[in-house]
Amino acid sequence: MSTELPDQPFDVDAMLRTAKVIVCCGSGGVGKTTTAAALALRAAEQGRRTVVLTIDPARRLAQSMGLTELGNVPAAVKGVDGILDAMMLDMKRTFDEIVLDHSDPVRAKQILANPFYQSLSSSFAGTQEYMAMEKLGQLVAQNKWDLVVVDTPPTRSALDFLDAPQNLGRFLDGRLLKLLLAPARAGGKAYLKVVSTGLSVVTRTMTRIIGAQVLTDVQQFVASLETMFGGFRERADATYQMLSAPGTAFVVIAAPESAALREASYFAERLATEAMPLAGIVVNRVHIPSAPQLGAARSLAAAEALDERGGHPEVAELLRLHAERVTLAEREARLVDGFRRAHQEISLRRIPAFVEDVHDLDGLRAVGAALAG
Amino acid sequence: MPAPPATASPVRLHIVTGKGGTGKTTVAAALAIALAAGGRRVLLTEVEGRQGLAQLFDTPPLPYEERRVAVAAGHGEVIALAMDPEEALLDYLDMFYNLRRAGRMLKRLGAVDFATTVAPGMRDVLLTGKLKEAVDRKVDGRLVYDAVVLDAPPTGRITRFLNVSSEVGTLARVGPVKGQADSVMRVIRSSRTAVHLVTVLEEMPVQETVDGVAQLRAANLPVGHVVVNMRRAPYGLPARLPRATVTAGLKQAGLSTAKPLIEGLLSEAAELQSRLALEQRESEELDGLGVPVASLPLLAGPVDRGGLYRLAEELTAAGMARR
Repeated sequence: MSTELPDQPFDVDAMLRTAKVIVCCGSGGVGKTTTAAALALRAAEQGRRTVVLTIDPARRLAQSMGLTELGNVPAAVKGVDGILDAMMLDMKRTFDEIVLDHSDPVRAKQILANPFYQSLSSSFAGTQEYMAMEKLGQLVAQNKWDLVVVDTPPTRSALDFLDAPQNLGRFLDGRLLKLLLAPARAGGKAYLKVVSTGLSVVTRTMTRIIGAQVLTDVQQFVASLETMFGGFRERADATYQMLSAPGTAFVVIAAPESAALREASYFAERLATEAMPLAGIVVNRVHIPSAPQLGAARSLAAAEALDERGGHPEVAELLRLHAERVTLAEREARLVDGFRRAHQEISLRRIPAFVEDVHDLDGLRAVGAALAG
Repeated sequence: MPAPPATASPVRLHIVTGKGGTGKTTVAAALAIALAAGGRRVLLTEVEGRQGLAQLFDTPPLPYEERRVAVAAGHGEVIALAMDPEEALLDYLDMFYNLRRAGRMLKRLGAVDFATTVAPGMRDVLLTGKLKEAVDRKVDGRLVYDAVVLDAPPTGRITRFLNVSSEVGTLARVGPVKGQADSVMRVIRSSRTAVHLVTVLEEMPVQETVDGVAQLRAANLPVGHVVVNMRRAPYGLPARLPRATVTAGLKQAGLSTAKPLIEGLLSEAAELQSRLALEQRESEELDGLGVPVASLPLLAGPVDRGGLYRLAEELTAAGMARR
């Protein structure tokens, strides 16, 4: 253990005092939502007006924060010694609101009724990330809070959150879109004359595969959304800019497992490339033996000695379980140490594994205290 | 030909889902090995572009190509395939329309991007369509694969992923895509398919499993087993372990009986007890689902090939590899 690199401790309270936006990222299942909520509660109780945007909180945690109503707007959390608002992202509603804000009522109605819009707004791979960014932008623009804490969608890759706006942009700039728009612009059959044979092969092919009705729906959808495209891209760009502005802090959440740490590593590199500020890494669910003075090998040997003498089987079992725990702790420590060596400049905080999930404010306070060290 | 035993299972398509972090890739791989025992050929697929299978089997990243990654008892083999919606679309165009060249052109135009990302129902139809093709594939009148195992999207998305007909139905009410979706749906809804849910005995994964089972049932999709992964062996610890007993035991074992050591061990024991109580509660919740439950032991260290075979044996013992 003595050869491990000492941690450069993550000064969470310093971040909570100064940051305007905190983005919590990490791969799925590492405790992002809980960490985001705990950070927000701690900031609020230290006197900052705070809002937390969560994506998919566990039911009981959501209940304890009063997040049972899908309002898509922040509401005050009760029982907090300070100002904490919380909201759960409603992806479809956020998208609908953008449509309503950026088109006249007739056109908005057409868009909202289009089957492709319905599919895009409720399940496009990336819509959730994009809408989380959109909502984050809105909350910051409202200027009501000192600090906005945002949880990111549960994706396999933490990078998805950063890539979503570009992916949407790539689609909106794509040649296909222009092709699909051609008939709508030219009006009716006229376009057949102007498009090259190559393009007509494409439309013919698409008609054959997806059917004429679907193609028409797609064309209508694209044409009706066209006026909004510029706005979409601008907003995505603006939010992206904000993420690299001073006052934004990224917190990468991981667990002491190789996949989660690998993901955290990719994400840290990506933030560095984009010149976005990484405040620190939180490694959740770390197993820490309560009796570290007794090593795994000695503990097992002692258990065997007891077995041989036939005395105190329950103590032998306790020693075996202790050895297991020490071995697990050592493996986790090795993994985290590998990460530390590859990213020596990053500060880090280890949070012990709790037996039960956090489902109330007191639980969040305990996590917050552990985060502050 | 003798009649199959009464317990024979008609399932040939095994769909393995679960919350992130519960080990569904590991379980899918172990199930494929279990099914391959006795000289069978099993296709093991993934759809999320994660290359989780390559990592698990410690091979270079898998291309969109069927490759053998493991063997099983009696010359059985496990063939892996990392499915990709774009390639599946090109395949589909080639297979049904003889349109590979037009497909390449659609790709250049971004139409493939469109079909595979913007219209998610389309993406899922392509992926599940490829699965159905593998289930039904025959060479010289013989089925190529005895079983197909899918490392599927997580529990939160599984119903939508499998329920392609209704997804596509909102986009295309008639036409070839709708026809394809319907034919995929017939296989997925049939007794040839089982959806297994992987979980661990913790609150959120169990809650997601319970919700997942309800959603699958509501969508009329066939629920197979719930697999409790990484289950700890029962502890031989009494509910209350008196300090005097620990002191006496440590003394007999020749260890120090210093206070911090005893305190530390007792607090570890207390934590194990509360974890055990939690696991018991979660386990009862799963039992209440009315779905067969298979349990896999927690292995020491990361799962390697040896571990996969060990888990495969457990799944066989739990009746999941019946045929």
